[in-house]
Amino acid sequence: MKVIAEMLSYPFLVRAFAGGILVSLCAALLGVMLVLKRYSMIGDGLSHVSFGAISVAVAAGWAPLPVSIPVVVLAAFFLLRITENGRMRSDAAIAMISASSLAIGIVVTSLTTGMTTDVSSYMFGSILAMSRGDVWLSAVLSAVVLGMFLFCYHRIFAVTFDESFARATGVNVSFYNVVTAVLTAVTIVLGMRMMGAMLISSLVIFPALTSMRVFKSFRAVVISSGVLAVVCFCIGMTGSYVFSTPAGASVVLVNLGAYLLFWLVETALKRRIRWQPLKTGGKRTPPAGEEPASGSARKWKTIRPEGERAPYSAGEKKRP
Amino acid sequence: MSALITCRHVDFGYENHDAVIDLSMEVDEGDYLCVVGANGSGKSTLVKGLLGLIKPTKGELTVAEELRRTGIGYLPQQTAAQRDFPAAVWEVVLSGTLSRREARPFYLRPFYSADAKRLAASCMEKLGISDLKNHCYRELSGGQQQRVLIARALCATSRMLILDEPITGLDPQAIQDFYRLVRRLNRDEGVTVLMVSHDVAGIIGQASRILHLQQRALFFGKPEDYRRTAAGQRYLGGEGA
Repeated sequence: MKVIAEMLSYPFLVRAFAGGILVSLCAALLGVMLVLKRYSMIGDGLSHVSFGAISVAVAAGWAPLPVSIPVVVLAAFFLLRITENGRMRSDAAIAMISASSLAIGIVVTSLTTGMTTDVSSYMFGSILAMSRGDVWLSAVLSAVVLGMFLFCYHRIFAVTFDESFARATGVNVSFYNVVTAVLTAVTIVLGMRMMGAMLISSLVIFPALTSMRVFKSFRAVVISSGVLAVVCFCIGMTGSYVFSTPAGASVVLVNLGAYLLFWLVETALKRRIRWQPLKTGGKRTPPAGEEPASGSARKWKTIRPEGERAPYSAGEKKRP
Repeated sequence: MSALITCRHVDFGYENHDAVIDLSMEVDEGDYLCVVGANGSGKSTLVKGLLGLIKPTKGELTVAEELRRTGIGYLPQQTAAQRDFPAAVWEVVLSGTLSRREARPFYLRPFYSADAKRLAASCMEKLGISDLKNHCYRELSGGQQQRVLIARALCATSRMLILDEPITGLDPQAIQDFYRLVRRLNRDEGVTVLMVSHDVAGIIGQASRILHLQQRALFFGKPEDYRRTAAGQRYLGGEGA
């Protein structure tokens, strides 16, 4: 408590907290859509494009945000277009674009100012990056994202789950894709300077992946991602203050910790269900509602053939 | 028996090539029409055209008024991303009620209406998946997943279903169950069915009409007659040749 009160006495940390919470919330919600549509790498690609754009802007003496937001939005359009047309594999396209823009950024920077702390802070993030204007922009952005998820939630589900069906039932799929791309681009540009170009994509993918480990409905995954993102960000920032570690990297590590935790929970849940048959004298009828053909159940059957009792099983190990 | 969909010398295609050329056919109410043909013969393009996702480049496509009002239920080919999608069955089925026909000018609703929920429940009942309501879609078997998707399509309309290669990835038992289910929907519920499939031999016994597509329509008519054509015999392994 004392630590938090102390942290909040610095105005720049208050800004970092406010902006960061809003950006991670947006990134997590949009991330659910991106991860499920197999666009996980888009965040990574866009952050590199953003790095290139900011380097060019700094070298030319322009303000970074007004330059990089339109450039990144354009890049997002372009990436989505490629994916939809299917002319090129989207992962290859993203890798190509992200490496090229990173290279452009590095070359431009080294020709003009040289590799300064500025560049390093774009790469790995700086807690000082959030200005008052950024916080306002984050607030507007998250209002838009939250509004979209609240009012168009079912459309979002339809578009994410099955584009062709959504299109056939009259949902304007392209519109949703474009809106998602624009919002993702703005989120990434805003978050990048605090989290760093190298690390921002974790805000997009981690909460969704973590929630998908345990939760089984779309609604639960969306809600859990939003909550997780905010919680992880707060813990990470506090940790970075207490241990004087870089903010972006600390947040990513906390996210990784959450993922591992959820993974453990998932494993524990699965085991508990699968172990039940052992207690009834090794009867091998799967629990009601579970398909006998599902992956792990079948594996379990092959490991222990009919009528044969395993020397020991994990279920017995647990008993005292 | 009125025609739900009529095509007269229709071409469907993309920017600079036509995938379907000079197709004339009609789909009547209560039909069970199967579209067969090699890969790339324009089957999926035809489906998109019938759903109104692409416009015919030539000819005349007439869709009956009642179908335009209620829409067409659609079962797309499954994508890889769907197989591990974290969604409860009821979420998937409910998403079928988002049909454009009910769309109001301000469709900004955070919740589904009670009507939509009732409709979804009755569709799940029809397909015998009510007990799977709270299960996770990715944990179902292939056959159960197809049932969920059909329930979703039936939420959009109960008049006509378009199934695009529905048996891909199902095991033989599930394929038979699936055919039985579609036949029941067609016969008992009066749902008009248009199915795209590679499984000519499995389909010929139950379809009321066959359309063999190879850009142009090689054959359109009753399955008995199809057995006698050259195209049919090639696909059916030369029976009666």
